[in-house]
Formats: sequence, C-alpha cells, structure tokens
Amino acid sequence: MPHDHHDHLSPSGHPYRKDDDVELTYWQTMEIAVRELLIEKGELTAAQITSQIDAMDARSPANGAQVVARYWTDPDFAEALLADGSQATRDMGYDIGPMKLIALPNTPTLHNVVVCTLCSCYPRNLLGLPPDWYKSRAYRSRTVREPRRVLSEFGVELSPDIEVRVHDSTADMRYIVIPNRPDGTEGWMQDQLAELVTRDSMIGTGLPKHS
Amino acid sequence: MTASGRRWHDMGGDASDPVLPDEHDFALWEKRVDALLVLCNVKGLFTVDGLRRVLEDMGPEAFETMSYYERWITSVNQNLIENGVYTIEELGQRMEEVKMRGNTYGDAANG
Amino acid sequence: MVSGQSVRVKSYSPPGHVRTPYYLRGKTGIVERVLGPFPNPEQLAYGLKAEPQPLCRVRFSMAEVWGKATDNPSDTIEAEIYSHWLEELDT
Repeated sequence: MPHDHHDHLSPSGHPYRKDDDVELTYWQTMEIAVRELLIEKGELTAAQITSQIDAMDARSPANGAQVVARYWTDPDFAEALLADGSQATRDMGYDIGPMKLIALPNTPTLHNVVVCTLCSCYPRNLLGLPPDWYKSRAYRSRTVREPRRVLSEFGVELSPDIEVRVHDSTADMRYIVIPNRPDGTEGWMQDQLAELVTRDSMIGTGLPKHS
Repeated sequence: MTASGRRWHDMGGDASDPVLPDEHDFALWEKRVDALLVLCNVKGLFTVDGLRRVLEDMGPEAFETMSYYERWITSVNQNLIENGVYTIEELGQRMEEVKMRGNTYGDAANG
Repeated sequence: MVSGQSVRVKSYSPPGHVRTPYYLRGKTGIVERVLGPFPNPEQLAYGLKAEPQPLCRVRFSMAEVWGKATDNPSDTIEAEIYSHWLEELDT
C-alpha cells in the first residue's frame, strides 16, 4: 500500500522507528494480528495499549535513582524501604503495579548484585526495561558462579574483604541495589545525589558516579 | 533437557563468554508486544508462569536464533490460543490479511 | 519455616516448569526471610488452580554451591525457593 507514513506519528504519539521501513517479519505479522484480534474481541482497547507503552516509556532508571537518593537522605524512608520496598516506593508516587520489591543496601563490607538465571526478571516498573546484556546467556550463566570476574568486566574491582552477595531473582520478588553513598556528598540534596546514581549501580554491576 | 533432568534455560553456573555491554532501543512493534503481555496478564488472559512455560518449551534453538520479543509474541500467542481467546484459524486468516497490506511493518500495521 | 532455619533444597529433577535453579538442588542454606504465600508456579504455568506456598529467601555460601570452583568461596548467593522444595534440617 504505497502511502507515505514517514510524516505520521505512531498511535502512541512517537515517531516511527526505522524498523518500520524494513521488510515485515513473520513475528511482526503475528504481533499485528494478535493485537487486532484482542481489540476486536473486546479484550483490550487501542487506547489501553497506547497508554501502556507511554507508561513504559516514562519509566527509567531516574526513578530508581530518586529512591536511592532518598534512602541516603531520609532515615525514616530508609527504614520504610527496607521494611516494605513496594509500599515505600508506591508512597513516593511511583506506579510500580503489582511488583514486589526488596531493597538491598550495600555496606562497606557487602556488595550486592542481581541476576535472573532462569529468565530475565528485573524491576522494570522502577528501572524501565532491562538492558540486553542482563538477558544474555553470558550474564545469566556466570554471575552466580564467578561474580567478581563478571563485575570486573563492568570495571568494578572489589577487594577480597568485601563480601559479594549474588541475588538470583528466581520467583516473585524484584530487587534494587542501594549503592553506598559516595564520599564528599555531605549536605547534598536528594536531586543532586540522584544524578550520581547509575542504572548499573542499582543492578550491582556498577558504582555511583563520583561526587 | 539433559539426562540429568536439567533444562536448557536453567543456565546458572555454566561457563560462557565475557559479558558484552549490549543495549538497544526497542522498536515500536517490540513495545507493543510488551504492552500486550502486561495488559493480558493484568486482565487474567494468561499468567506470567504460562508465558515462561512456553518460552522454556520452545527450547534452546529459539533462544539462540530468535530475538527476545520474537520469542515473547510467540509465547503470548500460544497462551491466548490455549486459553481460547481466539482460534488458530482466526489467527491464520488475520496474519494473511496483514501481509497483504504491505511489505513493511509501518504499512502492514496501518493498512 | 522461619528465618534462621537451616534447609536443604530437594535434589530431584522433575520435568516441567519449576522455579528452583538446578545449581541449588541438594544444597544446604539458611532461610534469610520468609515471604508470601504465593501461588505455586508449577500449577499456574499449566493454567491450574494454584495452592499458595510460603516462599523463602535462602542464603547459600559459594563454597557450598560450587566448592572451590568459584572466584571467592566466602561470597554468598541468595535465591527465592518455594517451601515445597525445602527440607528442614536439624541444627
């Protein structure tokens, strides 16, 4: 159908990506067909799908960074987050849906890192969608056995007297690592601190930026 | 499945390559697959456990040769068929219609 | 099941959808905390009515899981294991 769709926006209001211009694949055909059937059968509406994509696009590691920065600056919140991670983040205003969250604070002698060896469980309602490497065979296989070697591939070298604790996200809980607050940030406000919190520092494969 | 009973997706502890810091932005069709699985799950049309079961049963070849969302739309569809949301015939017919609309995703999705 | 309980993960390997990683089967650890109950995924996956199960976060030492074939045997692993996969041990 030779009409020009390049100037149009997708139903979610975003510009089309270049994948729209490559040859249609079998699975793309299936996605279109499944989506249309679900709408025709009255199970979903096009508007629901659009707003779900918008909600997903709005989630990013910036949300998690605010949680971490607040943990650093607000002792009451820190206590609430450890007691019930889901409720505390919900109370901060994040729409985390049914996600059950456990916060894992690092200490000077403990470094936490999260993996899902069985599939790709990730705190997506707080951090957005997982990076490709998190879903890779290499990361899923090796992290539970040789976490220090995996961390060093991310540029994180830990001294032997720091315990590495690997969390295999096998069932219903999702995990966010609370990295150690960087030195030299005394008196900083939450928003300033959040700028230092990287996505990988909340997975455990990175550290916060230096102040 | 190996003779030990260990299944292919259960890969914790295997030797593997260095972790490459791969990332990509998701395409519209991939985001739509994601949205469908979230919404259908919330609506009770299937469970995440059912989705995982099908992904596992698809086997290691699918893991190595298909992209993440190619595998997920396959599993979403399988679960919707199993739960009677639509029939295989309806799906087959609709996929043919979609293909007739054009050669690109943009044309086929909006024809 | 309570936190601090010593447990061993069952070592059997039935076919089908389970959420107990193979590398932890037969291994001994300590319950770090008890969560749930959550519906049994081994029933949910097949569209069956699922019985609620307590879910335990169990902590294992790398030495217990891998022996010396790991990069620091005193590091630890935690995983969520449904209680029907756990045997309580006397300590």
